[in-house]
Amino acid sequence: MMIGNWLDIGPITQIEPGTARTLPVAGGEEIAVFLTMRGEFFAIRNQCPHKRGPLSQGIVHGDVVTCPLHNWNISLRSGKALGGDEGCVPTIPLKVDAGRIYLLRSAVLGEPVSVEDSIVQDIAVQDRAA
Amino acid sequence: MNAPMNFEEGTPTGATGSRERLVVIGNGMAGCRAVEEILARDPGRFDVTIFGAEPRVNYNRIMLSPVLAGEKTFDEIVINTQAWYDDNRITLVSGDKVESIDREHKRVVAASGRIEPYDKLLIATGSDPFIIPVPGKDLDGVVTFRDLDDVDKMVAAAGKGGNAVVIGGGLLGLEAAHGLNLRGMNVTVIHLMPTLMERQLDEAAGWLLKTELERRGQTILTGANTKEIVGKDGKVAAVLLEDGTEIPADIVVMAVGIRPATGLAREAGLEVERGIMVDDHMVTSDPSVLAVGECVQHRGLCYGLVAPLWDMCRALADHVTENPTGYEGSVTSTKLKVSGIDLFSAGDFSGGEGCEDIVMRDASRGVYKRVIVKDNKVLGAVLYGDTADGSWYFDLMKKGEDVSEIREALIFGQAFASGGALADPNAAVAALSDDAEICGCNGVSKGQVVSCINGGAHSLDAVRSTCKASASCGSCTGLVESLLSLTLGGEVESGPKTMCKCTSFTHGDVRAHIVEKGLKEIPQVMQELHWTTPDGCASCRPALNYYLLCAWPGEYVDDQKSRFVNERMHANIQKDGTYSVVPRMWGGLTNPTELRAIADVVEKYNAPMVKVTGGQRLDIFGIKKEDLPAVWADLNAAGMVSGHAYGKSLRTVKTCVGSEWCRFGTQDSTGLGVKIERMTWGSWMPHKFKIAVSGCPRNCAEATIKDFGVVCVDSGYELHIAGNGGIKVRATDLLCKVETEQEALDVCAAFIQLYREEAWYLERTAPWVERVGLDYVKDRLAEEGAIEHYAARFRFSQQFMQDDPWAKRAAGEHEKLHQHLAEVRPFPGAKMENA
Repeated sequence: MMIGNWLDIGPITQIEPGTARTLPVAGGEEIAVFLTMRGEFFAIRNQCPHKRGPLSQGIVHGDVVTCPLHNWNISLRSGKALGGDEGCVPTIPLKVDAGRIYLLRSAVLGEPVSVEDSIVQDIAVQDRAA
Repeated sequence: MNAPMNFEEGTPTGATGSRERLVVIGNGMAGCRAVEEILARDPGRFDVTIFGAEPRVNYNRIMLSPVLAGEKTFDEIVINTQAWYDDNRITLVSGDKVESIDREHKRVVAASGRIEPYDKLLIATGSDPFIIPVPGKDLDGVVTFRDLDDVDKMVAAAGKGGNAVVIGGGLLGLEAAHGLNLRGMNVTVIHLMPTLMERQLDEAAGWLLKTELERRGQTILTGANTKEIVGKDGKVAAVLLEDGTEIPADIVVMAVGIRPATGLAREAGLEVERGIMVDDHMVTSDPSVLAVGECVQHRGLCYGLVAPLWDMCRALADHVTENPTGYEGSVTSTKLKVSGIDLFSAGDFSGGEGCEDIVMRDASRGVYKRVIVKDNKVLGAVLYGDTADGSWYFDLMKKGEDVSEIREALIFGQAFASGGALADPNAAVAALSDDAEICGCNGVSKGQVVSCINGGAHSLDAVRSTCKASASCGSCTGLVESLLSLTLGGEVESGPKTMCKCTSFTHGDVRAHIVEKGLKEIPQVMQELHWTTPDGCASCRPALNYYLLCAWPGEYVDDQKSRFVNERMHANIQKDGTYSVVPRMWGGLTNPTELRAIADVVEKYNAPMVKVTGGQRLDIFGIKKEDLPAVWADLNAAGMVSGHAYGKSLRTVKTCVGSEWCRFGTQDSTGLGVKIERMTWGSWMPHKFKIAVSGCPRNCAEATIKDFGVVCVDSGYELHIAGNGGIKVRATDLLCKVETEQEALDVCAAFIQLYREEAWYLERTAPWVERVGLDYVKDRLAEEGAIEHYAARFRFSQQFMQDDPWAKRAAGEHEKLHQHLAEVRPFPGAKMENA
């Protein structure tokens, strides 16, 4: 089932518009989940391709975040550095359904997870909210 | 007739003289339109039976809003009267809901027990309103906005007057709110997202819409999350928000969205994801079952608007009449049906790689237009206030036309862009007569602008200051620039740097306009000053936030998302993403309690380094963002507050020990330093601001490389300004000499306020004084009563600023900034945790 591939990371109200929040994952990395001023959600690795600055702490304008360390502009949509800068940060497929945010499980965990893995049962994946 | 019948799959019974039986579930717009399309192609092909859950004939659902608003009656929105069903020999089974589909025997079963066999089944169940799962959702008085019954309930409630709360600020919610407002209710709209109609509008257009609705008396709460619908005696009484606000309600309209009605299809074992899965011919996973409208999912998309439905019905009819064409998905556009509000939105305006925004604003007419272009094609458009060209942009978009030829004039609309030679804006301006008005705000004609340019105004800025053209709202900036290049050829001089690429105005212009026009919100500044981007950039947002904060102390609400990370987190971000924390030490003084608290924090949070700063305090390094509030709570407990070492704000007041201990000291420099720091701490500035007080001309506190430096002498206090260390060291200039401590404090406050009000954002005192000149600063402060005037304004502003931000954060303010969303740990037994 499609739904089984998605990881429920909670209600959309957890993130204030124009900001991001973070999600630590295995290996000490973080995913930054953004809500733009217009109400679009994006998830990218929380690490600027330049000097690993925490993008979650940057100023969000349009669908771009400006890295807090050296002002690189990173597209939230593609993960690519904009302007004259070269680099790309991985994006994580995200969807919103019935007021909850879902991330693509395989992208979050780095590799496909078998159905037997306990996380499949443990992490609540809700169908459309009743 | 109720006996089960078996037909061979796909056998066209029509060929043998008897008709195929087509059963339609859903008497709505999609179901009936599909039947109409089929009849138009092959009227004799099917015996048609339509089931409708509503006890009435087919009507135009999208016109329910005008019915609610009292602008239309039900009869006026009926699409097909009973006569249509009769004439086409269609059996209408209304008010009897289909309960199940028996695919094996090819029949449907209705609530009444009626069984209807089919050869082809068409599911057109549309969508259901999404009910947010909050306590009280089932109370009497909570309604949705989906069918005529809902409208009747709302009209009845409105008849009694009182308060209506609409949950959902999308298309449907706003139309409901408009109708209830017109019917005399006090309407509050609660919207979860920051922008109304965020699927269709960007922030700028959403702000204009919100302002207009508020002007009409509606209360619009954006970023508001419903916690509970409060009831009294089983009837709705109020809506409670997450933040504790309670809004009285006699009726609550739930209009947060719709979801495809897929229950029947799912139970019948058809393939269903978000919607019922269909191919390009609207055929489901069962070849005998078709589906159309809002209940389907086609190529991954579900639609909630009417236009795609027409396209689907055509493809469906082509298919069942054996002339298949195929549906390829729709590009949609939206108009809000609220009288007097012109709003149009189409396509994709979320931006992305290679996308270019063309923005035009006309503040005097309340117009905002944005067209998104990629690879010379129109990708989307948002229009507010003037939607005349909406269908033109939509047409360009659907056809994917190359707009490179008309690119320059595209935003001005069809009439302008299609004008052949006039599509070159320079040519269009050249064709204007000399008395044509260029600047409406200041009444400046083309002839006047040209003579001003010929008179020596060779830059935009020079024109603005000479004849005022484009100096007010800036909407004619493009015209003036055209005149400059027409008149001077390539000789146009670039003026002073604009604030950023989002505007043609300089920092100075923007500051002046904010005060003169009384602009009090960031989106308002952007609209009134014709920003060329929808929501600014990382350069202008923090600047505007500061300018508004400075102009309207106590009134403007600081916009956290326009703050650089350090000011948002109240700590200094380091290269590894951790933070450093500097508590304030007044005048560089400390005591055992403070030192103990700092030592405890260092140990408790494993801070890898503590460093004495150049500003006479201690910097604790390596604190994680989630530990910051706890660190601050510990420091607060020892009486320490934020040192603002992270801010464009007053940093430190460095002192020497002065006359109290030093054999050379002439005055109590430490005491004065503490007084100055108590007066100035917490103030936001254009840039960081450092102060020092030295007790004698030996100047141990290095006061002559500070933004404001006091050097004590026997006869009083020398006050120095505009020094800094940094890349380019600049020693201070002497501003004046005063005799008393109080005078020194007053001049300090006045100088700071002058700097706060007149310098550009990110301009320190040194470049500011070099730009405006030392004499200018001296003259401004030497004017009659100037010191008192500026010092009073500074002190007024300070009463709102001297509130320790750390204490507020430690108490839980903006806690989400410090917490992780959740944690994902892929090992057995792992659970989602809210950090």
